[in-house]
Amino acid sequence: MNSTGLFAILIGSLLVNNFVLAQFLGICPFLGVSKKLSPAVGMSVAVIFVMLMATAATYPIYMFVLIPADLKYLQTIVFILIIAALVQLVEIVLKRYVPPLYKSLGIYLPLITTNCAVLGVAILNIDKEYGFAQAMVNSLGAGCGFLLAMVMFAGVRERLEVAEIPKGLKGLPITLVAASLVSMSFIGFQGLFGL
Amino acid sequence: MDVKYREAYTKGLIKENPTLRLVLGTCPTLAVTTAAINGLGMGVAATFVLVCSNIAISLMRKMIPDKVRLPAFIVIIAGFTTIVQMLVKAYTPSIDKALGIYLPLIVVNCIILGRAEAYASKNSVGLSALDGLGMGSGFTAALLLMGGIREFLGKGTIFNWPNGGLIPPITIFVLPAGGFFVFGMLIWLANRLSDKFDDDASRRETNENVCAACPSAAFCHQTVESETSGLAAAAITKKEADNNE
Repeated sequence: MNSTGLFAILIGSLLVNNFVLAQFLGICPFLGVSKKLSPAVGMSVAVIFVMLMATAATYPIYMFVLIPADLKYLQTIVFILIIAALVQLVEIVLKRYVPPLYKSLGIYLPLITTNCAVLGVAILNIDKEYGFAQAMVNSLGAGCGFLLAMVMFAGVRERLEVAEIPKGLKGLPITLVAASLVSMSFIGFQGLFGL
Repeated sequence: MDVKYREAYTKGLIKENPTLRLVLGTCPTLAVTTAAINGLGMGVAATFVLVCSNIAISLMRKMIPDKVRLPAFIVIIAGFTTIVQMLVKAYTPSIDKALGIYLPLIVVNCIILGRAEAYASKNSVGLSALDGLGMGSGFTAALLLMGGIREFLGKGTIFNWPNGGLIPPITIFVLPAGGFFVFGMLIWLANRLSDKFDDDASRRETNENVCAACPSAAFCHQTVESETSGLAAAAITKKEADNNE
């Protein structure tokens, strides 16, 4: 069992090993939905929510079903199915019982099934041999790290819209160069807590 | 007939290169290309899954009901991903270690789901296999190119062989920041080349919108549009109407 402290795990997944900028998970929504601030925040909140739910569902199933039954190799299939089913379920429950929340988050949910950050955090929690509390904190940190990266980057991109950019670099290339600079600033966190 | 088969294979190599032209599967592209050999390993593993899942989905395309096709595709892809994970772990443990969690994450690589949805579910087995092989080769070539550049500049080696001290290693290129930068430059280059040599103007626009070819692009786009114009509610109503159909 991994014995890293909860606070170190939180800072680790939030800043040091930021999911988007250091581990390259969830790049598609990072590039696709970060044009404006409000969808960026909506998407990130939905990601945090689903990440926590996914960890709460996949972790016990792995520990109490897959390991005793010696079916560890089914991890990938089982996890992706759980996440897909969970997203559907969350959508239905929110729609029925919390319509205001559904209105603000609902539209992002279908996009999240194929978001590699969600499956990534579920697998990482197992790989790093975290306990349940550590896994939940790690997921929270990863989700908040995603939010942080999205919000920072949406700010940068809103400025890019009005900047004068050489013709060939317009669109995606300049966006990636900007992401490179944002990512460079995160190198500064490297080595915190010896993570 | 021959032309059709050749076209099914060759389009993925350059014209519709999944990484540099359609900009799909960006996560593994950026994450594993710190060395050329890792890029190659990832490319081959993804190609295997892509070809197998294209064949399987094409064979079953008439059996899978339209409403559950995406979950069905995901299960098929996850099955082949598990097989590839086992093979890599057994035969090339060093690659398994280098690729880490990105190996199971092939399952959410949007190139594979994208080809299943856009091609294999509509075409014959032979064509789908060639399409998978072509797209996989294009992905592998792009990863190899990017891995080669990053390894050469960042570590000063080529396939782990010293480059003879041509340039001192510039570590930033093997760090995440360098990944974003090299990828940006390669897409710029690909855009320039296609402006020059591709006479089909419609294709030039392909990566204007980052996610044009992503399976969930239409949805994503609608989300962003409706959010920005304050019509989120309308999108939901439309979705509900779609669901009720």
